[in-house]
Amino acid sequence: MNRLRWFLWGAVAVASALFALFAYQLSQPKQEFVQSAMVGKPMPAFSLPPASSSRPGLSAADLADGTPRLLNVWGSWCVPCAAEAPQLDALERSGANIVAIAIRDRPENVDRFLEVYGNPFTRIGRDDISEVQLSLGSSGVPETFVIDGTGRITYQHIGDIRPEQVPKILEELRKAGA
Amino acid sequence: MIAELGLVALWLAAALAGLQFLGGWLGARSDNAELAALVRPAAVLQAGLCAFSFACLVYLFVVTDLSVALVANNSHSMKPMIFKIAGAWSNHEGSMLLWVSVMAVAGGLIALVERRLPESTMLATLAAQAFVGLGFYAFMLISSNPFARLLQPPADGNGLNPLLQDVAAAYHPTTLYVGYVGLSVAFSFAVGALLTRQVTPEFARVMRPWVLGAWIFLTVGITAGSYWAYYELGWGGWWFWDPVENASLMPWLAATALLHSASVLAARDALRAWTIMLGVVAFSMSMIGTFLVRSGILTSVHAFAVDPERGSFILILLALYIGGALVVFAMRASTVSEGERFSPMSREGALVVNNVALSAILAIVLLGTLYPLLTEAFGVRVSVGPPYFNPVSAIFFLPMLLVMAVGPLLNWRKDQFARVRLPVIVISVAGIGVLLGAWLLSDMGLLPLLGLALSIAVGVGSFLPMRGRSLRRLPLPVWGMCIAHFGIAVGVFGMAADSAFQQERLVAVAVGGETSVGPWRARLNAVEPIAGPNWTAMQADMEVSHDGGAWRTANPQQRNFWQPPQETSEVALITRWNGQLYVAVGTETEDGRWQLRLWWKPFVTWIWYGGLLIALGGALALVGRVSVDLRRRSAARQIAARKAEVTA
Repeated sequence: MNRLRWFLWGAVAVASALFALFAYQLSQPKQEFVQSAMVGKPMPAFSLPPASSSRPGLSAADLADGTPRLLNVWGSWCVPCAAEAPQLDALERSGANIVAIAIRDRPENVDRFLEVYGNPFTRIGRDDISEVQLSLGSSGVPETFVIDGTGRITYQHIGDIRPEQVPKILEELRKAGA
Repeated sequence: MIAELGLVALWLAAALAGLQFLGGWLGARSDNAELAALVRPAAVLQAGLCAFSFACLVYLFVVTDLSVALVANNSHSMKPMIFKIAGAWSNHEGSMLLWVSVMAVAGGLIALVERRLPESTMLATLAAQAFVGLGFYAFMLISSNPFARLLQPPADGNGLNPLLQDVAAAYHPTTLYVGYVGLSVAFSFAVGALLTRQVTPEFARVMRPWVLGAWIFLTVGITAGSYWAYYELGWGGWWFWDPVENASLMPWLAATALLHSASVLAARDALRAWTIMLGVVAFSMSMIGTFLVRSGILTSVHAFAVDPERGSFILILLALYIGGALVVFAMRASTVSEGERFSPMSREGALVVNNVALSAILAIVLLGTLYPLLTEAFGVRVSVGPPYFNPVSAIFFLPMLLVMAVGPLLNWRKDQFARVRLPVIVISVAGIGVLLGAWLLSDMGLLPLLGLALSIAVGVGSFLPMRGRSLRRLPLPVWGMCIAHFGIAVGVFGMAADSAFQQERLVAVAVGGETSVGPWRARLNAVEPIAGPNWTAMQADMEVSHDGGAWRTANPQQRNFWQPPQETSEVALITRWNGQLYVAVGTETEDGRWQLRLWWKPFVTWIWYGGLLIALGGALALVGRVSVDLRRRSAARQIAARKAEVTA
């Protein structure tokens, strides 16, 4: 009978530990976004054809030429991408060099989008099967990465860039150049 | 007005639950007959009021009363009627009301019909049931009132997740829920028996039909949920080891073990402590499952409204009830004596193997479900999936199947191998024959191969307990056992066949083009837009033919709901007795072709037929047990009447 008692107090202890774990996890702020595991690591090797007639395509080598850049992952079919277009323009006017990857897009749609919302990009690569997007650890559009001059990812912004977030992005870009 | 009536009924029911708890608690401790006499009527009245309150909520959804916040947030005037009704409990507040209603109705039924146990045990049981219920009443009335009004009713409601606008979604959460909450009865009986030190075979006999009832609902709910995920999510899989699925599987595993250990206690007065433990664990798993789903601390494909405050509330209840029951059990451990002994080679021995295996699988599933939570506390994010769950649970599941084929043939207490030699040989020959045949003729993976062989062995073995007995006089519970075990065999056969033989094709086809998968040919005749009551869709007009047979139409859709906007895939299913063709249509490619995804899934439907057979077996056993009880009661009444005549 003693064994049963030990077993039961053991069960009480296990249950208490479980409840403590639950309580701890409940008290933690819930992280809504999954950050890319690639932050802090060099860009994977890739080479994408141009997505628009107006700009060249994009390869990993273009990102390792000494200039820190913003890499915008977007699509002409994506409504939040249109919403963040003014902020990208503002970033460009502040001196940011912005390149882009168009996800699952068509050149004519890309051109129409750039005509309407402006074109802050120096290069636009075309990723028809989200291959490069996935290798970056990006799970949706729009996302914006900060790449330092050696081709290392230093920062990831998930979702559209709001006006109040522009200074933060510029600060991250400045840090990447330092 | 109706909303206010519902709320009043709910408050009254809560007050009666308080009375039921106090009366039962004090009545069971002292011999206060007046207090004790209040308990059963209070339980019945509480059930009636709670059911009335739930009916009020359903009515508000039926008429789409938008001045009620819950209706405005979760319904829409244009939604088809059946989904309006289901909308009443497809949300947090409504589901909590369903929870207390099921608890109250179960408690009321027990109070009404159950007279076999000592009255003090019944009082303690009803007090425990009311105590658990009170926590949920408090939760609802303090922080999640389903009847709250809006000052400014909106023009129309906010809709319902379109994934849930499906007939299966209307009944699968409900059946699961009834099963979950029904297990509270096992918990209350276990606590009642512990408090009054009455862990007897009679206790097991009384508890068994209630557990059986809850278990049948769980079985149907899990089966329906699996089928729903299979055709609605459009991935062609039938079990994803998603936390929410695991949350429904864990109580089922515990309840299955409990049914078998209760049989041992009822027949042989053994496994007393273990049966009590399982009674507590089964309901604990229901509550942990509810907690995991509602608190949102685990990431799941099931989109529930998530609120940490609700999570904390359920966690407090969880700690109170489960912790409390375990502490009471530990303190009473010395009063639960060990019970009868038995030899390993006996029916009890086989049932103990079943219990150990089921408990081990339960522990494996629980660990896998909670592991991401544990590692996250140390800053490591992991996800646990089929590569863990499938092989690790198979370590216990496959041997359990083996014991299941033979166990029912053994005698209670002690048996000789010589007596069951012939059936064991028959079962082994069937199993090993299939194993060798499938191994030589196909290149199946190890798990499906073993599953296939064992399913045949169990299928053959499941009917052997009928051997040499008159089928007409065979008791219904034995029929039930044979059919439920056969259902396991059918289900496992379906799983093994589907994972070993399914064929998949992902192609882009132009209108007028053809493709094929397995023995099927498929033609794409057209893709046209169509409109439903609250959605539009691109529908593929296709014809399919099995093995050169007649052409049949298939119409998979890509559906767009506009309230709220969401895209879902409606697959086309062509069912034959030996499997299903599964067709999903995707988007149009640049050159005007359409993406089609076709699967030929041999015997996949047997998985769900198996689930339904298991539930049917349970239902037969339940009918058998209840009718025996009714007959015993009427005999007892006749004897009493005759005695009265004699003394008069």
